Amino acid sequence: MDYQVNFSGLVPYFSTFLSGIGMTIQITVISTILGLLVGTYCAAGRISQQRWLSSICAVYIEMTRNTPFIVQLFFIFFGLPALGLKLSAWEAGIIALVFNLGAYSAEIIRAGILAAPKGQWEAGRTLGLTYRQIFIHIILPPAYQRVYPALVSQCIIVMLGSSVVSQISLEELTFAANFVQSRTFLSFESYIVTAVIYLFLAILMRQAFTLLSKVMFKAPAL
Amino acid sequence: MPLVSIDKVHKYYGENHVLKGVDLKVEAGEVISIIGRSGSGKSTLLRCINGLESFQEGAIYVGNQAVEDDELKLRLLSRSVGMVFQSFNLFPHKTAAENVMLAPQLVLKKDAEECKALAKKLLEKVGLGDKLDAYPANLSGGQQQRVAIARSLAMSPKVLLCDEITSALDPELVGEVLHVLEQLKEEGMTLILVTHEMNFARDVGDRVVFMHQGKVWETGASDEVFANPQTPELQSFLSVVR
Amino acid sequence: MMQFTDWDILRNLLLAARWTILLSLFAFIGGGLVGLILTFLRSAKYASLNVFFKVYVEIFQGVPLLMQLFLTFFGLSLLGIDVDAWTAAILSLTLFSSAYLHEIWRSCIEALPKGQWEACRTLGLTYAQTMRHVIIPQAIKMAIAPTVGFSVQIVKGTALASIIGFVELTKAGTMLNNATFEPFKVFGLVALLYFIICFPLSVLARYLENKNHATR
Repeated sequence: MDYQVNFSGLVPYFSTFLSGIGMTIQITVISTILGLLVGTYCAAGRISQQRWLSSICAVYIEMTRNTPFIVQLFFIFFGLPALGLKLSAWEAGIIALVFNLGAYSAEIIRAGILAAPKGQWEAGRTLGLTYRQIFIHIILPPAYQRVYPALVSQCIIVMLGSSVVSQISLEELTFAANFVQSRTFLSFESYIVTAVIYLFLAILMRQAFTLLSKVMFKAPAL
Repeated sequence: MPLVSIDKVHKYYGENHVLKGVDLKVEAGEVISIIGRSGSGKSTLLRCINGLESFQEGAIYVGNQAVEDDELKLRLLSRSVGMVFQSFNLFPHKTAAENVMLAPQLVLKKDAEECKALAKKLLEKVGLGDKLDAYPANLSGGQQQRVAIARSLAMSPKVLLCDEITSALDPELVGEVLHVLEQLKEEGMTLILVTHEMNFARDVGDRVVFMHQGKVWETGASDEVFANPQTPELQSFLSVVR
Repeated sequence: MMQFTDWDILRNLLLAARWTILLSLFAFIGGGLVGLILTFLRSAKYASLNVFFKVYVEIFQGVPLLMQLFLTFFGLSLLGIDVDAWTAAILSLTLFSSAYLHEIWRSCIEALPKGQWEACRTLGLTYAQTMRHVIIPQAIKMAIAPTVGFSVQIVKGTALASIIGFVELTKAGTMLNNATFEPFKVFGLVALLYFIICFPLSVLARYLENKNHATR
């Protein structure tokens, strides 16, 4: 093997990587927040007594979970404009990521809700709370706590999955890596550096969520 | 006029006829113990009184409110009927004080300060004045059950339903919970207990209701019923549990 | 310019879907074998190896699959091995799957009560005997539902092979879209075909999981 690994060739592109990281973090944070919101509403819809609402949520969840993210992304970015809905790469990327996390987190949150003992609902009813109040104040917070590790993993998967939005030219980390390798022909170096950055981001994200859980969940583990 | 009046109540679970025409009147301030074998319908009857279970025939009144299968009416009813469960059903993510405060805040729309004071008062009353900020997971079973009683009392109910509230407790913790009930009786609270604690039923209860096969089989003043059971079914039941 | 009828589109997609299925099968089998070896080595408790396993799983679960594909594709050619898209895709999907499957199976083995191991030790069973007669039969029952569930992730993962130029369902969709300019129809059909492959697997996984819960 006569190839000399050359990381120093990447140095001039430091700021390219940096802005890529910035965009990856930005879209991850936005789609995590919105995705968990969609997931919560969808989980609530899924357990609703209203058959039609529950069915709509189920169809959305199954559709999303059983098709690849990249196809969803292409459908939204290339397909929807055919219906007259023109989206920028940023908008399409965010929508696809939110759509995706919404479906996965809905199933996770629903499992947390269904794990609530029946007595919790009954205690709420005997105290005179409405269905909505019971759901929001009694059922949901422990449900989040119960499934928190699974939710965190799913959010990290969304961050990693965001690398795919490079394919619609949204200028995030993977796009930056592609750009640098096309300029320098240092493909292996560019991608290994990028992989390490992703790994680092994943670890950082897990740490941040652990910190967050200490603030959010004051009660001992259920 | 009785505080709780149950008239010819029938309940079915599908084909299964669980309550077969139950009649029972409870006066304000009375302490009623409902005893009987498991499957005799005693817990079901209790859960019919606050609408956790619906029934198909007959009528139940609490004061002048009828128990009906209607969300809104049941929510109103829950202000006068409190319930304590066998498995406590405390909210695990809330402290003892927050458990007590939740319903007054959400249902009665009282402000936080007022609710906090109320929680403090009620938890002191059940002997847990030092556990306001403890989470259920850090309390013993007896302490959790006392928090659950305080939580019910926060809605100032007219009658408190207790569904085998000492059955899940270690024997040495039963006393502290029963002590709170005695205290409530002295204050004039109406209590309807489904219980296995025969000594408590005899010593503290005013009246005993023996349920058998979905009916009120025998009823009377506590000391009399225990000293002198009339029906063979109650005699055999008492000989087993004692 | 060539005209594409709807039938032409569908036919080309179906032909490409064969490659999606084939790639998925290879990755599942390859990943399963590697994952199995990892699981056995790990539960044999060579303590020094455990760090390696942890790092292995952490890397494959902490780096985007797309990046793994790029690295295999470009990294191997760097080593002087000329790889085509097909080889690179199989190789990286195999490694990716092995990490996840290993993690699933390990957690199933660890979920068994410690008393099972202790009971076997007091009975004088060797490690291999304990695994074969006591641990594995129980762990398999628990593992089968999440394993089937993960196969859906593999099928969806193969879609990324399109980016390094392997012509499977997604790549065929992109090419047909470039030829027909009917993205709504083409990507709608692509999604539908993936759904037809994945949905039965999801249903099967859920059925197995429910059955498992019922018998426990």
